[in-house]
Amino acid sequence: MSTSTSSQPLVHPAGSSRLLWTVLATVAVLSLLTYLVAFDQGAVSRSGMYLHELMHDGRHLLGVPCH
Amino acid sequence: MPLTATTAPPFVTVLVRGLLAGLIAGLLAGAFAYVAGEPHVDAAIAIEEAAAAHAESAAGGHDHEDALVSRNGQRGGLFLATGLFGAAMGGLLATAYVLLSRRRRTYDDGRAGLLLAGAALLGAVIVPFLKYPANPPAVGDPATINQRTVTYLLMVVLGLVAVWAGSLGYRAVGNDAPTWQRAAAAAGGFLLVTVVSYVVMPSFQEVPDDFPATLLWDFRLASLGTQVVLWTGIGLLFAALMHHDRRRRTAAALPST
Repeated sequence: MSTSTSSQPLVHPAGSSRLLWTVLATVAVLSLLTYLVAFDQGAVSRSGMYLHELMHDGRHLLGVPCH
Repeated sequence: MPLTATTAPPFVTVLVRGLLAGLIAGLLAGAFAYVAGEPHVDAAIAIEEAAAAHAESAAGGHDHEDALVSRNGQRGGLFLATGLFGAAMGGLLATAYVLLSRRRRTYDDGRAGLLLAGAALLGAVIVPFLKYPANPPAVGDPATINQRTVTYLLMVVLGLVAVWAGSLGYRAVGNDAPTWQRAAAAAGGFLLVTVVSYVVMPSFQEVPDDFPATLLWDFRLASLGTQVVLWTGIGLLFAALMHHDRRRRTAAALPST
């Protein structure tokens, strides 16, 4: 395996604040999506228990505590 | 020669690849769960309903099996759940991939993606699963669901910390040391965090006495298999997409890894 001793980032100049906000927004949206699938009981989705019940089997089989 | 920023794809491109890999892997995991897991979910629900019918007088608290969504709807919803969950995990993996790019020790984008997916499988799935294994319907006390959810999430974080400690150990020993010493340091760091977490975190013994042990085992194996399919799929698909991209973008030969 080769070793990168350079200070040059392999993908991005990470100083850019625009990139920082894009990353933060992405993490927020993906966390919300994960929450809706794995943990929501209608409080966020405003769908009552419909989404919760619809994804019931997926939650069990993904190993998330369900009930 | 160090890679310049221009040879690397922008964040949004990497993110889209992660989301795509996650969505496809999620649907594959859903197919696996449908075949390997649904029979056990059905069997557990039958036990749950029998118990509920037995305790009819205490009705009201737990409306889990009302007709809001039919069983067939829930079987279809399985694919919705794993697809969305997979896309979210793929997106988070892609984000981590970009954020950790400075700490990479390999030029190989596919290798970096695969290592990251392997770390996620170990830290966010296997470590939490061995402490808090998946439970089928009819197992678990609804009164402790909030506590179990919080401790489960905490265990996911601790699992990722354990993997991070392992990689710190691996790097701390240094390039010149024999491989076995670096591996021993990695295992030591990982096991230290994992064992302390397992001891400190609370345990929950909520399997009903009359719940069939074989059904519990079969369900848990299917659940673990679902997550293994998901993360193996994410890793392989993401690595394939990144590999393709790097080959297309770099005409100049890179030092092989």
